[in-house]
Amino acid sequence: MTNRFDSVDSVIKQLDSVDYLSDNAIASATFLGDRLQKPILVEGPAGTGKTQLAKSVAEMIDARLIRLQCYEGLDENKALYEWNYKKQLLRIQASTDSVESGDNWAELQDDIFSEEFLLARPLLEAITADEPVVLLIDEVDRVELETEALLLEILSDYQVSIPELGTIEAKQIPLVFLTSNNSRELSEALKRRCLFLYLDYPTAEREKEIVLTRVPQISDSLASQVAEIVASIRKLELKKHPSVSETIDWARTLVLLGIERVDEEVATETLNILVKYRSDIEKVAKEFSLNSGTHFDGS
Amino acid sequence: MAAELAQNASAEIGAPYRALLESFVQQLREAGLPISLSEYLDASEALGHGVLGNRDVLRNTLATTLIKHQNHLPIFYTIFDLFFTTRLQPNSEEADIGELFDFDDELEAPSPQDSSASGGRREELSEEDLRRLTLEGLQSDDQDLLKTLARQSVRQFAHIEPGRPVGGTYYLFKTIRGLNLDAALDTLVEIAEEEADGLSPLERRLTKDEMERRINQLKEQIESEIRRQLVADRGSETMSRSLRRPLPEDVDFMHASREELAALKKAMYPLTRKLAARLARKRRHKRRGPLDFRRTVRHSLNYGGVPAELIFKHPKPSKPEIFVLADISGSVAAFARFTLHLTYAISGQFSQVRSFVFIDGVDEVTSFFETSDDITEAIHRVNSEADVIAADGHSDYGHAFKMFWDRFGSQVTSKSTVIVLGDARNNYHTSEEWVLKELQKRSRKLFWLNPEPKAYWDTGDSVMSDYGDHCDGVFEARNLRQLERFVDNLV
Repeated sequence: MTNRFDSVDSVIKQLDSVDYLSDNAIASATFLGDRLQKPILVEGPAGTGKTQLAKSVAEMIDARLIRLQCYEGLDENKALYEWNYKKQLLRIQASTDSVESGDNWAELQDDIFSEEFLLARPLLEAITADEPVVLLIDEVDRVELETEALLLEILSDYQVSIPELGTIEAKQIPLVFLTSNNSRELSEALKRRCLFLYLDYPTAEREKEIVLTRVPQISDSLASQVAEIVASIRKLELKKHPSVSETIDWARTLVLLGIERVDEEVATETLNILVKYRSDIEKVAKEFSLNSGTHFDGS
Repeated sequence: MAAELAQNASAEIGAPYRALLESFVQQLREAGLPISLSEYLDASEALGHGVLGNRDVLRNTLATTLIKHQNHLPIFYTIFDLFFTTRLQPNSEEADIGELFDFDDELEAPSPQDSSASGGRREELSEEDLRRLTLEGLQSDDQDLLKTLARQSVRQFAHIEPGRPVGGTYYLFKTIRGLNLDAALDTLVEIAEEEADGLSPLERRLTKDEMERRINQLKEQIESEIRRQLVADRGSETMSRSLRRPLPEDVDFMHASREELAALKKAMYPLTRKLAARLARKRRHKRRGPLDFRRTVRHSLNYGGVPAELIFKHPKPSKPEIFVLADISGSVAAFARFTLHLTYAISGQFSQVRSFVFIDGVDEVTSFFETSDDITEAIHRVNSEADVIAADGHSDYGHAFKMFWDRFGSQVTSKSTVIVLGDARNNYHTSEEWVLKELQKRSRKLFWLNPEPKAYWDTGDSVMSDYGDHCDGVFEARNLRQLERFVDNLV
């Protein structure tokens, strides 16, 4: 098994090259995920770049990204594998003409439960792939506690057991990322199998760097102002705080509008890009003494 | 295979490191962090992958392998700093470990002479100068200067006495007061305002936030400086034991500090989602609703037109109706604040939540929670507008329940779940327990959550078991963990 990365520093540099601004914690976790061959559980508020991390890592090591989006009611047919019964049915029908006695039944049974009739779902696909892959199990906190157990075998041993077929082992160990918005506590069993990375909102300094990377046309002073304002807004108690991607959207808008400096007027007019709930908008406007009264009551 | 063996070999770490890791993990456990064996083994393996050369990498490596909860991270970082910076210098056999501790050259326990080079001049600084310099440092955000100042001011103001068993907060408080840091924020904003020739409200606000951040950073530096000196005095084992604080999920609602309460609020959100899921779940898991004719026919095409597999409609999950009755009297003040947060969070999750608060009277506050999107405002309105005092403003469960029954009792139906939050301390009034009996009959379930330890129930004026007899369940809810258990058992 060859290692994908030389050192933590090289991970930072490589992530940089695909426009993902990481830090030591992110890079360390990624580096160790590869070296220890363990999945990485990324937790944190919405919009801090958890999913993007997996995407960027995939891009960086030039691997295919296989994504399993979790939701309530996800089951093994959708996560692991499913038998392609239509094809099985066809196979049986095709053979009934030639089969008179039951002799061939055993043979047929072996045949229809072979890999040919197996539909690989994301998890199985990820471990049977020949080329390098990055497996992203997104929003794992959305599945019920009981469903989590489905993931355990693949996460700890990189294998899938299929009763009719036996155990399928990984051809290569994929890099696995799990993301969670922390809407519920994940089980101990799952956490124990993973490395843990907590992604919080970036500091103003780092967010400025992110804005500069993602919105190259922006001026340095505007970027730092954007980052400062967003950091201040995040201090308020809001329904939903601005995410990093919303910061970037806002920065892009400001650039498109040709604005050099954010003042009250600009902030009032473009606030809805950063903050989405009406009550939040009003609260921010009030806190920052923006003249929201006339602007929002009219709409 | 050979390659794999080679890799395993490289993953081996030397015995001194293993001993080091072991005692570090020991200290984490002393501080109350749950570290399992497999996590310890992971960390041990990780150390073999060339992460020892850099302090940040080492810290993150240990964090990512050992810590699995964001709430545990701050404690971990503190202990890491304690452990890896101020340990006694290793003796000669462990020379290679010594490198670990040399990441930062100013880390050895400060002695009177250590300031000879850079700090020598500052040794004679007057307190006034120190305060002025601190302001300047904060203004220019000069990290190096602030670091030196933090050390200097601890020496000057905290007067740490060796061997005196006082907590670090005492010294922190003394230093902050000495530096007059509490007044610094306003001063700094004023200075900035003068310099810029007046600030717009927006700029003013941003400046204030920025200055606040710098001041907090300085406070942290002072705190870690104090801790460093205390460790030099008492040893890191004693220190990390003294750091042992209840984890957020174990914090007692009744005695939570302001910071703890803030952490609790954050941790509560997942819990209410879980509560919502649990209450709505029962029906969804029952498979069969009526036959879904359309889908059955469509599905039958898979079997050549034979409806081999019948498809049933999923019944729609019922909408549970919840009545929350919360005691907001003085005796449970801290709990009440939390209760209101919980009630608010619950009402955000369910479409039909009716909230009531009581002291010796009862009032419905559903509309306060529904109309305001802002929790603080809602709570403010509850506290100021709700009419919950019938006589003297001391808890009277009996009277409040009777009032509830008269005014709202008929609206409780077999679809409603009733949750009462309170300590059942009735000030020796009549208990009127028949109300609960009737409520239990009418409602789907009746639960009582009590923020007091079980041992105190039925002592003094608590009439818990009088009420408890009529509930479907009475639970001690002193901390988040217990609350979570309640939610877990709801099914």
